[in-house]
Amino acid sequence: MGYPHKSHPRETPILSKHFGDPDARTLSGWRQRGGYRALEQALGTSPADIVNVVKESGLRGRGGAGFPTGMKWSFMKPGDGKPHYLCCNADESEPGTFKDREIMRWTPHALIEGCAIGAHAIGAETAYIYIRGEFTEPIRVMEEAVRDAYRDGILGKNAMGSGKRVDVHVHRGAGAYICGEETALMNSLEGRRGNPRIKPPFPAVAGLFGQPTTINNVETLTAVPHILTNGAAWYKAMSLSSPKSTGSKLFSVCGNIRKPGNYEITMGFPFKEFLYDLCGGPLPGRKFKAIIPGGSSVPIQTVEEAEATLMDYEGFVAQGTMLGSGGVIVFDDSQCMVKQIARLARFYAHESCAQCTQCREGTAWTTRILERIEHGEGTMEDLDTLLEIGDNMTGKTICVLSDSCATPVASGIKKWRNEFEAHIKQKRCPMRTAVAA
Amino acid sequence: MSAREEGGLHAPAHASHSSAGHGHPAEHTPVFTGDNRKKLDEILSRYPSKMAALLPALWIAQDEQGWVSEGAMAEIAGLLELTPAYVKGVVTFYTMYHQHPVGRHFIQVCTTSPCGVCGAEDVAKAFLKHTGCGELGVTSPDGKYTVIEVECLGACGFATPIMINDDFIESVTPERVPEILGTLK
Ligand SMILES: Cc1cc2nc3c(=O)[nH]c(=O)nc-3n(C[C@H](O)[C@H](O)[C@H](O)COP(=O)(O)O)c2cc1C
Ligand code: FES
Repeated sequence: MGYPHKSHPRETPILSKHFGDPDARTLSGWRQRGGYRALEQALGTSPADIVNVVKESGLRGRGGAGFPTGMKWSFMKPGDGKPHYLCCNADESEPGTFKDREIMRWTPHALIEGCAIGAHAIGAETAYIYIRGEFTEPIRVMEEAVRDAYRDGILGKNAMGSGKRVDVHVHRGAGAYICGEETALMNSLEGRRGNPRIKPPFPAVAGLFGQPTTINNVETLTAVPHILTNGAAWYKAMSLSSPKSTGSKLFSVCGNIRKPGNYEITMGFPFKEFLYDLCGGPLPGRKFKAIIPGGSSVPIQTVEEAEATLMDYEGFVAQGTMLGSGGVIVFDDSQCMVKQIARLARFYAHESCAQCTQCREGTAWTTRILERIEHGEGTMEDLDTLLEIGDNMTGKTICVLSDSCATPVASGIKKWRNEFEAHIKQKRCPMRTAVAA
Repeated sequence: MSAREEGGLHAPAHASHSSAGHGHPAEHTPVFTGDNRKKLDEILSRYPSKMAALLPALWIAQDEQGWVSEGAMAEIAGLLELTPAYVKGVVTFYTMYHQHPVGRHFIQVCTTSPCGVCGAEDVAKAFLKHTGCGELGVTSPDGKYTVIEVECLGACGFATPIMINDDFIESVTPERVPEILGTLK
C-alpha cells in the first residue's frame, strides 16, 4: 500500500499534498500541517459570508455534474426552522474514478473539516459521509478520524468552542453504484432500497428525512477549507484557461498507460502533455487508441480529440466529451473496442436499479446485442438497433444511469464503426487470431 | 438482467454445498445482545429515524454470522419497527449482503473494463483454479472459498484490486494468487 508516484513537478498538489504521508492521517499531524484553522475561522463567520466566498471562487462540483457549489449552498434557506442536512457523497463507483478513496485514506481530517464547514454554511448541524461498502480501509480511517475529532472537541455540541453543534457521521453503503446518485444516496441512508427519487422536489427543499439537504462530493468539500484560508481570488487565479473552470482538480488515470495513479493539476492543463509527460505515455511498443476522460459515463474520445483537449469543464465539451468525475480510462491498440464497450454496457446492466423500464430493459438489450456482435453473431441492423435503443434510453428516466450507458455506446459506434463492421463481416473478433477464435 | 432482480448478470453468490438457509428456518441465536446491542444503540442516536440504522444493523449481523439469515432479518425488523418483508426487500437490493452462507474466505475480483484491459479476467480464472471453486459464485467443497467477479472496486489505477472478506488487496496478478491464498487459514 502506498501512493503510486511522487508528485510530478507540473502537478499542483493542494488536495493531494499529503498523500502517502502517514503522519497527515493523525489529528496532531493534521493540526501541524495547518488543519482545522479554516474551520475555526468559518465557525466565527456567518454562513452567508462563507457561501459568498465559495460562490466567488468558482468552485464547481467534482462528483460529475460540475454544478457551482456556492450556488447549490445558497438554495438552503437559513432560519426556516427545519433541520438541515449535509450528505458527503463518498460512494465513488464510477469506473475509472478512485480519487475520493485517496483523499479519505490519506487526509481524513481534511474531509471532516470540509464537511463541518459545509454544514455550518448551509445551516446544518449534521453531516453524513456515505462511503461505499467496499472501501473498508477508507471507512476505518474515516471512523477513527471522526472519533478523534469528537474527542478533541472539534465536533460535537460545542464545536471548537464556538457554541455551535456540528456532528459528522460515517455511513457505510452495501454495494450499489446507483447509490452515488444523490437521491438514491438519501434513500439508502434512510434505510431504503437505493432507488433514485423523482425531482422535484429537489433535495434543497425536501431531501434526507424529508428535510432541506445538500449533497456534495468528497473532493468538492475537501477544496473548501483551502478556499477559505487562501481566498476566492487565489482559487480563481489558478485556472490556466476558462474563468468558468477554476482551481485544481484530481484526475485518476487507469488502463493501458505507463504510470496510472492520481494527478492533481490546475484547470486548463493540456491533456496531451498530461497523458505523455505526467502519466508516461503508452506502454512500451503500444499506441493509445481511445480515451474516456471523465469516468465511464462520458463519450469516448479518439486520440486526436484527446490530444487537442484542454482539461477543464469547457475544454472537454469542446472536444466532444465531458470532464465528469475526472476518471481517465486509457485503451491502447491491443484492445478490441467492441469488447470494451460491451463490457461497459454490462456494468450498467448490472447496476441498473431496475426502476425505469427504459433503463432496466435498455441496458440489458444493449449488453446482449454488443456481446452478440463481439462473438461474431451480429448483423448490420444490430448497429442501428443499438443506436435506436440508445435514443430511447436518453433523457427519459428518473436518473441518468440509463443515459450513461447509451453515451459510450453511441460514441463508440460512431468513432470505431469499422471495428464493429469487421466483427459482423468476419463473424469473429478480427483482433483474435483465427486459431484462438 | 439487473442485479437488483433474480438472475443478475454475474453469478450470485450462493453456497450449493450448504444446507443452512434452506428448508426449515434454523434456530436463530440473537445477534443484538451485549456489545452488538450497545453498538446498535449508539448508531441509533445518530439518526432521527430508526429505519436509518437498517444498513448498519445488517452489517453488524453479517459480521457476526458471516451472512444475513432470515432470523437476523426478523430480529432487526423487530428492533427497528419494520416488517421482515421490508428488511428482506432492502437486503436483496444491495450486492454485499449475503443471503446464504458463503466460503470462509469470500473473494471478490474486479473485472470492469479498466481492470479488464489490465488482465483482470486471468486473475479471476487463477482464483477459480487455485481455490478449487471451479465456477464463479460456487463455494469450494471444503467450504473455504467463494470467488465472485464484481464491478469496479474504485481502485482502477491499482489493477487488479480484489477483496478477501474485509481485506482490500491491490495490483493482483495471476502469478500472485497462490502466494495470496497461502496467507489464508
Ligand atoms: C448513476 C450516478 C452515479 C453517481 N455516482 C456518484 C459518486 O459515486 N460520487 C459522487 O460524488 N457523485 C456521483 N454522482 C453525482 C451525484 O448525483 C451528485 O451530482 C454529486 O454527488 C453532487 O456533488 P457535487 O456537486 O459536489 O459534485 C452520480 C450520479 C449518477 C446519476
Ligand atoms: S475497474 Fe476495477 S477497480 Fe475500477
